[in-house]
Amino acid sequence: MTEVAYIDRPSRALYFYAILYLGFLYIPVLFLPMFSFNDNIYIAFPLKGFTTKWYMEMFNNQPMWAALNNSFNVACVSAAIATLLGLFGAKAVTRYRIPGEKPIIFVIMLPMVVPYIIMGVALLILITQLGFDLSLYTVTMAHVLISVPFAMATLISRFEGFDQALEEASTDLGASPLSTFWRVTLPLVFPGVLASFLLCFTISFDEFIMAYFLAGTDPTLPIFIWSQLRFPLRLPGVLALGSLILVVSFVVVFFSQWLRSYRVEKTQPGI
Amino acid sequence: MTSNNDFVSLTDVSKHFGSVVAVDHLSFTISRGEFFSLLGPSGCGKTTLLRMLAGFESPTTGEIYIDGAPMSEVPPHHRPTNMVFQNYAIFPHLNVRANLAYGLRYDKIEKAEVGRRVEEALEMVKLPGFGNRRSNELSGGERQRVALARALIKRPKVLLLDEPLGALDKKLREEMQLELRALQESVGITFIFVTHDQEEALTLSTRIAVMTRGKALQVASPKDLYNHPVSVEVADFIGQMNFVEAQVMDVRNGEAVLDATGLGKITAPASSDFVQKGANIIVAIRPEKLILSAERRSDGLGAVQCTIKTSAYLGDRDHFYVSVDGCEKPFAVAIAETGANSDQSLDRQSIVWLSWADESLILLPRD
Ligand SMILES: Nc1ncnc2c1ncn2[C@@H]1O[C@H](COP(=O)(O)OP(=O)(O)OP(=O)(O)O)[C@@H](O)[C@H]1O
Ligand SMILES: [Mg+2]
Repeated sequence: MTEVAYIDRPSRALYFYAILYLGFLYIPVLFLPMFSFNDNIYIAFPLKGFTTKWYMEMFNNQPMWAALNNSFNVACVSAAIATLLGLFGAKAVTRYRIPGEKPIIFVIMLPMVVPYIIMGVALLILITQLGFDLSLYTVTMAHVLISVPFAMATLISRFEGFDQALEEASTDLGASPLSTFWRVTLPLVFPGVLASFLLCFTISFDEFIMAYFLAGTDPTLPIFIWSQLRFPLRLPGVLALGSLILVVSFVVVFFSQWLRSYRVEKTQPGI
Repeated sequence: MTSNNDFVSLTDVSKHFGSVVAVDHLSFTISRGEFFSLLGPSGCGKTTLLRMLAGFESPTTGEIYIDGAPMSEVPPHHRPTNMVFQNYAIFPHLNVRANLAYGLRYDKIEKAEVGRRVEEALEMVKLPGFGNRRSNELSGGERQRVALARALIKRPKVLLLDEPLGALDKKLREEMQLELRALQESVGITFIFVTHDQEEALTLSTRIAVMTRGKALQVASPKDLYNHPVSVEVADFIGQMNFVEAQVMDVRNGEAVLDATGLGKITAPASSDFVQKGANIIVAIRPEKLILSAERRSDGLGAVQCTIKTSAYLGDRDHFYVSVDGCEKPFAVAIAETGANSDQSLDRQSIVWLSWADESLILLPRD
């Protein structure tokens, strides 16, 4: 006799599968921090002594800091723009009856599935034809384009989660539509806004293909790292940086997922 | 400014959603300080009408006037109305105090005055000390009061309530009905109250508009609706009613002589024009206006023999269902449990007498 319902009983096979799956997912990634502390210029087994000198070297690598700074700026700006566009888009889609709504949503969501290399080439042709110089601005623009669908998807689910009567109650009490947006809509979708920003930030931060096509002379971090791979001497420094980014990304993604689910049920008016 | 009788006035108001006609050419007026109810079955357009009054929907035809001013060009946030939503719509990110104070910002009221009014409003709805709670920390009845206080604190000319008691259990509902009525009398604000519960409408209202399919069938006081319905539909919707078909044989001195199915030759007061010699009409009578007795009564009431089919015990009264030769449907007869009307000698299956006073017969047109 057991008190656990059949469906809740632990399954040995399932545990095994889960462990295998997690191992497959994360063991390769763990090589990065491991070698970043290895006292050897070559990335190879057996491991030698423990060292933090690659981290020291990394801190003194000026071009790398410049690339990191570029990436950070591009990611911040493109995430902010994409989230803002996503906010208006999600509000429009969920709050108004728009003629041709379905096709419009389809077109907005399309960049999610179009291969980045295709979009990268297309944008490159467009931008050079228009006579613009390639720069971090063009990269930012491209990143906005690919981030908007993710921002929309995140925010639409948030908008659908709260009762439209709340916005009506606000106008009923004397608030103009703009005031209602600030005092009711935005506070209630804010966790979604934050989650969307973080998601778009990470999308932009590690995006390589489009940045490679569209960046001018200023490289973003992925481009810089890729260019360093040709120099074995620099590789351990890159590993150190990669390890740091890994940690930060984990924290950011985890935080954004937590925000996404955070108290959705509590922001709905219960009966 | 207008006279008090047409404080709120609807002229030919309709609302179409595509091919759906939600509200169909309504015209009536509501006086200042009334407790006015919109009563009707689900989907008859009550909410739609209320939303047009609040400004969330604009009428397809017609115009709404509040205190003499046409409303069609006035957006919701500038209307002199406030609404209590069906699901209360209390802002979940604000506490009760901030919810109540929400609308006062737009009335340019000083901070100290806002605080004073909030406390006063909490006092009024019997929720002092609840200021710091969030909506998820309130019971259904408490939420309803917060929603009410949040609307009343704005001191609107007209308060709109969309089935505010719908989510409450029967006991709390009856308590809140009494409180609502007392509150309305003390603040003197015009209430427009939506409900599909006829008992609730009869208890609360000064006047009721009975609606079906977007139309107002009758607008009258609860007493008039009950005693003088204008159609079979209204009579059927308000309380219980027995109907029999009849033909008018003669009309004389405000009295009609009728040949009614099963009841034979009867007389009834006739005041409407449709009661004309030869017309086919419907005779209606309330269950509690019918009398059962073992012997034929000698006081000159109309009477017919019948047999008792079944009875139902309803606590304060018994309902007997009796069949009369020639009538398809049995008559419902309500007899107060210990009222003067009750006759202990009534026996099932035995033949008894069904009697009525002529004045209690209601004549209705055939649809
Ligand atoms: N936005 C809308 N679009 C299309 N049809 C609508 C819309 N709003 C209401 N209707 C229709 O209009 C009619 C009246 O709806 P309404 O909500 O006013 O009914 P109600 O009397 O409030 O019913 P209930 O008692 O169920 O709340 C219904 O047939 C409904 O389907
Ligand atoms: Mg309704």
